[in-house]
Amino acid sequence: MRSVKLQTLGVGVVFLVALPWLLDSEFLIGFAVLVLYSATLGQSWNILGGYAGQFSFGSVLFFGTGAYTSSILHVTYGINPWIGLLVGVVMGMAVGAFVGFLSFRFGLRGSYFALITLAFAEAFRILANTVEFTGAGIGIYIPLRQEPANFQFTSQMGFYYVILAFFLISTYITLRLEHTRFGARLMAIRENEDAAEALGVNTFRHKMLAIMISGGIGAAGGTFYAQYYLYIDPYIAYGVEKSVEMLLVSIIGGMGTVFGPLVGAFALHSINEIARHYLEAPGMSLVVYGVILVLIIGFLPDGLIGLLKSKKKAGDDA
Amino acid sequence: MLEPVILLTALINGLMFGAIYALVALGLTLIYGVLHIINFAHGALLMLAMYAVFLLFTQFQLDPYLALPVVVPGFFVLGYVLYRFLIGKLARGKDQNILLITLGLSVVLENGALFFFKADIQTLNLEYAYDMIEIGPALVTLPKAISFGASIVIGLALWALMAKTDLGKAIRAVAKERVGARLMGIDVDHIFAVSYGIGIACLGAAACLLMPSFYVTPTIGHVFVIIAFTTVVLGGMGSFVGALIGGFLIGITESFGGLFLGESLGQIGIPLIFVLILLFRPTGLFGGKA
Amino acid sequence: MMLEVQGLSKSFGGLQAVAQVSLAVPQEQIVSLIGPNGAGKTTLFAMVAGFLKPDAGEVRLSGKLVSGLKPHQVCDLGMVRTFQITQPFAKLSIRENIMIGAYHHTDQPRRAAERAEAVASQVGMKMNLDAPADDLTVAGRKRLELARALATQPKLLLLDEVMAGLNPSEVEEILKIIRGIRDSGVTIFLIEHVMQAVMSLSDYTYVLNNGQLIASGTPEQVAKDPHVVEAYLGHGAAARLTGGDRRA
Repeated sequence: MRSVKLQTLGVGVVFLVALPWLLDSEFLIGFAVLVLYSATLGQSWNILGGYAGQFSFGSVLFFGTGAYTSSILHVTYGINPWIGLLVGVVMGMAVGAFVGFLSFRFGLRGSYFALITLAFAEAFRILANTVEFTGAGIGIYIPLRQEPANFQFTSQMGFYYVILAFFLISTYITLRLEHTRFGARLMAIRENEDAAEALGVNTFRHKMLAIMISGGIGAAGGTFYAQYYLYIDPYIAYGVEKSVEMLLVSIIGGMGTVFGPLVGAFALHSINEIARHYLEAPGMSLVVYGVILVLIIGFLPDGLIGLLKSKKKAGDDA
Repeated sequence: MLEPVILLTALINGLMFGAIYALVALGLTLIYGVLHIINFAHGALLMLAMYAVFLLFTQFQLDPYLALPVVVPGFFVLGYVLYRFLIGKLARGKDQNILLITLGLSVVLENGALFFFKADIQTLNLEYAYDMIEIGPALVTLPKAISFGASIVIGLALWALMAKTDLGKAIRAVAKERVGARLMGIDVDHIFAVSYGIGIACLGAAACLLMPSFYVTPTIGHVFVIIAFTTVVLGGMGSFVGALIGGFLIGITESFGGLFLGESLGQIGIPLIFVLILLFRPTGLFGGKA
Repeated sequence: MMLEVQGLSKSFGGLQAVAQVSLAVPQEQIVSLIGPNGAGKTTLFAMVAGFLKPDAGEVRLSGKLVSGLKPHQVCDLGMVRTFQITQPFAKLSIRENIMIGAYHHTDQPRRAAERAEAVASQVGMKMNLDAPADDLTVAGRKRLELARALATQPKLLLLDEVMAGLNPSEVEEILKIIRGIRDSGVTIFLIEHVMQAVMSLSDYTYVLNNGQLIASGTPEQVAKDPHVVEAYLGHGAAARLTGGDRRA
């Protein structure tokens, strides 16, 4: 059983590595980049929300921190964005630790945790909009210099392999959650925090680790965004939209599952493209997401991936 | 140092806006107090109400104040239907589901508005928008003064509804002891939907009072959702008096924040208060023990 | 002494939930705490297990001070509680539920799973362990609470009304299991609302009423104590009744 699963995973990785050659189109590879990028951000939310059960409405905190860290280091101090990426990840973890420490130490749970993360993101947005070194409201333009050593590429393919690596690392971490004590304990916290604590789980420490991992992954996604679009401003970096996108892909795909964010990201960007090219109504795609979110909460608590799984189960039983 | 007149003007302006915040927060705190849910769609529904007022004015030349008897009942019905047939049905009694469903609802409303109205800032150009009245040494625009007075009247009316009528009694019974209320023959789902409807009707009223002196964009709800939650948390979740006083405090904070910290950084007061209250006094300034 | 509670007090608002309670649980015995609903039993348990901070008093486990510690630290020292209202990890399987307890002594999933299975059979859970905990009946949930706690390999097990809501034959079974656990060397301190259920089980019994200990002794002594009968059945009841089974 386990080996079959490993084989499937291996095939999946080989497929993703070969994908740009199979697609052979800048547009389609660009699409794959966006899907993997959203899936990586979704994975950040998924580890904290889907596995540890701490629903964040402000995960953009990590994204924005990663984006700003690498961009400021790069533009203001001339530090290579690859190094900026690493510093950004550390900063993302630090922001996670900061928000987590305050929220968890003071016992905020459920909806209150969601709201306080939202408020933190808002405070960060206002700060970024005000202080000098983030470029305030004007934002930061990253100079164009397309070299791999500079974390910029002439074609989509370069970005594809970078974001594929981010995605695979974040997904590997999530996969490990399914097979380790740490992951089992996070899920126990999600299901019932008091019971987990009674059974000897240091819930504070586990939630702290979860939010820090989430922060690191989110920050990597943020640096990627900055290098891909070469621009960042307070609203992109700390606005509500990105927080919502991060939780949407995870919940729609299936929170608390390894591949939920990938499925969700694929669904989301497909709807996006259809809305843009065929309906010529770009805004409508988010309307559709919202409707899907409501329907999923109402009827498919395990997300789209739950739909696939239950079908497979029915097939196995037959 | 700043002149006393400037401080006083800031104070009065803060109070004027605070009254609207209080009205928005009253709806939110009522919904929380009775249903024990966090209505994340509150900001988006306010936005919707503001567009309704905007359309009534531009399409039918209906003055925003005269729109009150249309928008308030309309939003009551909207709220009732939303809860009875969507939120209550799909949430299956789980808190986090309600949070996500109302988030989904706000995503739909905001992007729907973005699609129909574009991202442009819309205002009503009313003849009386800049009529001034004197309050002590300060000059205040007429619409702000009206909204201040009207918010207080509506707040009192709501209090009277809750304290003096049979419906209010039923709502309080359900808020306190839903199982007991059900046993006594109260239709709890109906009362839930009514309470949600009243909460949303408050938004309708707030929209009518806001529009003469404010603008609307599809994302205006973001501004108000944080303010409303901060107000409610500050006053104590579920507390009416708390929402009223909280609204004024937030209005003043915002006004003085802008004065002392500048337009941009001045906004930080609200999320900061929110975080601090949640951390150090989650029952609010006027709430009882948790 | 396995557990010593000294002058433990807690009040909520103006209401004194637990007042100056002192008691002791000797090693490898079954000690019970009984009392009518609202007597403060669960509050006392919550304080002993670190879920509530006492206003005054202290709790010692094998002589070590545990009051002020967090529940997981209390568990580290070998004391673990179950919940009156069962708290399963609903979406996890029965096996995974018990494994959370078993992980207390190993970080290897395989060993935790083995331990989970052993504990499951010890408490008589013969069902499919891969089924979600959500599907369990009330009796099954009570056993799951027991199994999870037991999987942490405690020295002292605090059981909060594990018999409430069970039918007589289920109560019989769980009594047998609890004795078996004691015989394996685990000390047991349990709360129960229903007196009869613990009569045959306990080596020693404390009676709590309105937050205060009103009696203690062997179950036989306690059952004859007029204070106890009155606490349960109301004023003057001792004279009228001899303590028949009033349980529906």
